[in-house]
Amino acid sequence: MIEIERVKKSFGSLTVLDEVSLSVNTGEVVSIIGGSGSGKSTLLMCINGLEPIQGGRIAVDGIEVHAAGTDLNKLRRNIGIVFQQWNAFPHLTVLENVTLAPRKVLKMSRAEAEAIAVQQLEHVGLGDKLKAFPGKLSGGQQQRMAIARALAMSPKYMLFDEVTSALDPQLVGEVLDTMRLLAGEGMTMILVTHEMGFAREVSDRVAFFKSGKIHEIGSPQQIFESPQMPETRAFLNSVL
Amino acid sequence: MGVFNYTFHWRPAFQALPAMLEGALVTIQLAVLSMLFGIAIGVVLSLMRGSKNRLLSGFAVTWVEIARNTPALFQIYIAYFGLGQIGIRLDSFIALLIGITFNNAGYLAETFRGGMRAVPPTQTRAARSLGLSAVDAYRLIVLPQMFRVVFHPMTNQMVWAILMTSLGVVVGLNTDLTGVTQELNVKTFRTFEYFAIAAVMYYLIAKFVTLGARAIAWRLFRY
Repeated sequence: MIEIERVKKSFGSLTVLDEVSLSVNTGEVVSIIGGSGSGKSTLLMCINGLEPIQGGRIAVDGIEVHAAGTDLNKLRRNIGIVFQQWNAFPHLTVLENVTLAPRKVLKMSRAEAEAIAVQQLEHVGLGDKLKAFPGKLSGGQQQRMAIARALAMSPKYMLFDEVTSALDPQLVGEVLDTMRLLAGEGMTMILVTHEMGFAREVSDRVAFFKSGKIHEIGSPQQIFESPQMPETRAFLNSVL
Repeated sequence: MGVFNYTFHWRPAFQALPAMLEGALVTIQLAVLSMLFGIAIGVVLSLMRGSKNRLLSGFAVTWVEIARNTPALFQIYIAYFGLGQIGIRLDSFIALLIGITFNNAGYLAETFRGGMRAVPPTQTRAARSLGLSAVDAYRLIVLPQMFRVVFHPMTNQMVWAILMTSLGVVVGLNTDLTGVTQELNVKTFRTFEYFAIAAVMYYLIAKFVTLGARAIAWRLFRY
């Protein structure tokens, strides 16, 4: 499980996370919604140690992420993350993008890594693009490749950071389908998203973020049908 | 007797071809060595330039400014006569090598700085998020992309280095292509013939470099 306790994070004088606490159990799908700049994405970066924190603690399966001496490279094998700007490696083919980490981090042989990569790429519907370079793919395809790349490490957790926000509207559906598939398979996921319909559909719990704080957290029904906090209501009214 | 009563004598000139080819080898050797040292120093300078230490960045900026904004001839003079005056007497070959390396390093430092900026930090972030070490992320993700950006400017600098070696004649180098040609010239006064052959050789060497680079680029940068 992922335990986030009273985490504080600031960039200079700007407080981005203000005593955020959240626990995510194995198999759970938690969506984080809220306005831009509310700290949602930063929280994901803190969970896998890409960003340091200034207070509180984050533990993944009991391992303290920000403790000195924590092997972050090892920890990150268990935590896949997919970014808004998919970040495909442009100089590698689709297959090489996906085999890179299994080969270099898990020290798999090329054959082993390729078998897993092909399986994951077929999983996300890119089985026919193995030899293509990312530049030849659409945004939606690149984003699905990024998902396959993360999944090839057999992570226990997947973090999705506004993965459809930079996509053309007609490409959003294919990426959401891939995530829906994962959720159905029981993957533990935290997703930062602006897709309210999707959050409502796949989440076990939804958290509403504002100004670096979780203002409200609860079941999708509670958050979307009977939000308790005026801030949540105001936000939902503005986006729905 | 008109002005244009010069008669071409190509036969003796062509007999000097083996000597000139040997000179061409020295020219290539100088250019290659000055590029290898230039690349190594250029990388260090570009890192120094990004340093927070004012002394380090100041040193790099000064080097780059002088290398790019003064004549190469002047840089070679300093390496030979300038250092000679303060008691450091260098062989012509070494002085020329230092002068061209100085120039190469200055230009390449700026090329590398641009290359480093061309690869967005999100690439490193994505690599690290997959569990790659900082070294692997740099080696496997950043460097190959950077290499593509700096490859063509590096090729240009290599051609420029080849042509700059001809300046060795001003510091008394007589073993490179221009040096050998100049010696033949003063012995025979067949200026046009010898220098025309030398020019063709320089052209062919430069062309070989650019065509070779194009083949390498075609092979490496398939994306």
